[in-house]
Amino acid sequence: MDIHRYEKIWIAISLLFIVGLIASVVYGVIGLGVTTTGNSHETINSNDLSNTEFADPGGRWVESDHYVVDVVTRQFLFQPGTQTPIMVPANTTVTFRVASPDVVHGFEVVGTNINVIVVPGQVNRFSTTFDQPNTYGIVCNEYCGAGHQNMQGQLVVVPRSALPPTENTTANQTSNSTQSDRSSRTPLNTVVGGDR
Amino acid sequence: MAFVDEHPFEAKIARLNIAVALVAVGIGGLFGLLQAWFRADFVRSFFSPTQYYAILTAHGVLMALVFTTFFTVGLFTWGVTRSLGRGFHDRRVTWGWFTLMTLGPILSFVSVLGELVSWIPLHATVLYTFYAPLEASPTFYVGLALLVVGSWGAGVDFLWSLYDWQQHNPDTRIPLQTFMAVATMLLWFLCSAGVAIEVVFFLLPWSLGWIPAVNPLLTRTLFWYFGHAVVYFWLLPAYFVWYSLLPKFSGGRLLSDSLARVVFLLFLLLSTPVGLHHQFSDPGISQGLKFVQMVSTYFILLPSLMTAFTVVASMEHGARQRGGTGRLSWLRALPWENPAFSGCALAGLIFAAGGFGGMVNAGLNINAMIHNTIWVPGHFHLTVGTAVALTFMAVTYWLLPQLTGKRLRHRTLAAVQPYLWFVGMVVMSNAMHREGLAGVPRRTSLPQYSQVTFNLPITGLGETHLQLVGGAALLFVSLCCFLVVVLQTWRGERGAMPLAVNGHVPEPLSGADAGPGILDDFRLWFAIAVLLVVIAYGIPIAQMIQHGLFAPGSAPIPA
Repeated sequence: MDIHRYEKIWIAISLLFIVGLIASVVYGVIGLGVTTTGNSHETINSNDLSNTEFADPGGRWVESDHYVVDVVTRQFLFQPGTQTPIMVPANTTVTFRVASPDVVHGFEVVGTNINVIVVPGQVNRFSTTFDQPNTYGIVCNEYCGAGHQNMQGQLVVVPRSALPPTENTTANQTSNSTQSDRSSRTPLNTVVGGDR
Repeated sequence: MAFVDEHPFEAKIARLNIAVALVAVGIGGLFGLLQAWFRADFVRSFFSPTQYYAILTAHGVLMALVFTTFFTVGLFTWGVTRSLGRGFHDRRVTWGWFTLMTLGPILSFVSVLGELVSWIPLHATVLYTFYAPLEASPTFYVGLALLVVGSWGAGVDFLWSLYDWQQHNPDTRIPLQTFMAVATMLLWFLCSAGVAIEVVFFLLPWSLGWIPAVNPLLTRTLFWYFGHAVVYFWLLPAYFVWYSLLPKFSGGRLLSDSLARVVFLLFLLLSTPVGLHHQFSDPGISQGLKFVQMVSTYFILLPSLMTAFTVVASMEHGARQRGGTGRLSWLRALPWENPAFSGCALAGLIFAAGGFGGMVNAGLNINAMIHNTIWVPGHFHLTVGTAVALTFMAVTYWLLPQLTGKRLRHRTLAAVQPYLWFVGMVVMSNAMHREGLAGVPRRTSLPQYSQVTFNLPITGLGETHLQLVGGAALLFVSLCCFLVVVLQTWRGERGAMPLAVNGHVPEPLSGADAGPGILDDFRLWFAIAVLLVVIAYGIPIAQMIQHGLFAPGSAPIPA
């Protein structure tokens, strides 16, 4: 098969370009630690969240330097988030665990790269660090029913000292989940601040 | 002799398919205008926010599934028949698939209308992606299944024609147009199997109450197995036009037949194992598996980049045949006043821009910046909404006289139409891309959020909303121009005037015999494509169904 010389040059440049794109993502993952979600594979009975940690969603310290927030996304609000803001500490590893009892939702913290899909039956888990106190908007960016456009909320990053220690830190259940937090953590670097 | 004189039956089938496609694009386009104006806070009295989602569902389904599938099948009916020089084997089969294929969209469309018209007791406000556990009426799913199965029948007709032809021409290379059509249909068989399994085995029995629950992640994955490959099923008919007709419109010939075959085979092999890149933000799918499909997504850039080279080079060849000279001034020698040419050329230009946006979408981690923001519809209005749709409109200007034996009417309107579409889409998708970068979500009826501020670079939402309103209006005017030209041509008298275009498709400069015969071995390529799918989807699907096919499950939630 005869391929013209210019065509060969073009194909070579194209392949270099493609490899360069892949390399840039690899650099982002390995060099900058910017990854995505999905490794935790934690499933949940979405028809009965009341028998899980998601019965009483909110934030808790699991270690002096690790804060976990359980968030429920449901038609058509974030719990916490919509009625009360999600409070998280600055300069601390924050792990989000997000679950849905009804349909597929989006959990997008506007102005950051926290932007995940919440699928019933799965717990979406990811970790990040916020550099400084700030307030962010949250939107559901996956259509979830007639009131979808009303599904919004806020996330407030406060100084670490502003969040009191959680009372039940020593409970068995929490220390168990701490173990799994450690093993399946998926860091998600936040690209907040700076340019805004 | 026009095509219609030689193959009246196939011309009729092609016309009917294109007619359905045009009805879909007409209604879908009107819905698009209403939707953009509603979303941009320009006019909010047409319907309620809830009805907005029904309009959005109809716009997506009519444009992305009905318009594209019918137009493709019509175009290929012409291309396969013309290039093989023989008609379909059995007309009953042809009528059978056409009937099924037409019945399907009617059922689905009526289900969606249930939200807008109170006396229709159906509902299907589930958007184009119909993610479980949001549930539509069973008629919506039945309609989609019929559309897919009917289109398989069309593929069978093309393969049957090829088989008959090969019985009489055992040692001849497959004609290029038939090759491209068959490769595209094989890709369609492979990718639509995913959505067929989703609908037939999961969503339909579930919406009828036969099974209590489905696994939302599994059905979502089956959808996206289909949902990105289908993009290539839309794109390849445009490539079919760019390879086989655009060189002629430019005044020349395609450079290389074999390279075109290689490009289509690369699409057949690579386009299905990429769907996970729509699920980068999903739980329950390992990053490693997502990374693998990101790599195949990036490699599928290669056939598109090859196409960019060959098509532009063929255009340059054509321009030089027409007396064009110089490094770039040959561009002036191209027939920019001919809508069949200008539509294809502008579509290609837009596709280049859309492709660069797609590289952002495909990046495993960069994707998080724009995932499910309005950037995404901005992207696919460039690729599908322009590269594909504008090419289809452009080729209609040339093809319709062949299929009807009637001369094109309103040539000035036709000449202006592609430029209107181009400007409208540049304006509208510019606004969508920029809003998306600021985090404005897609698929919402709200122009602004009370608890959320979107910081747009340069200006504010007021300016981008104005562009949405204006861009959508230009697109709608352009669509109306197109439909007027087509309808008036259709209503004209056959044979009253010479056609002004001829149906001859010139041979490539370097013919099929310059390439190896193994390129024509579709059995081999299809088998490799299936193998690649098994490799790419075996592990994620196995992980998802380790608790059972329907677990963790969700019961239907009415939309």
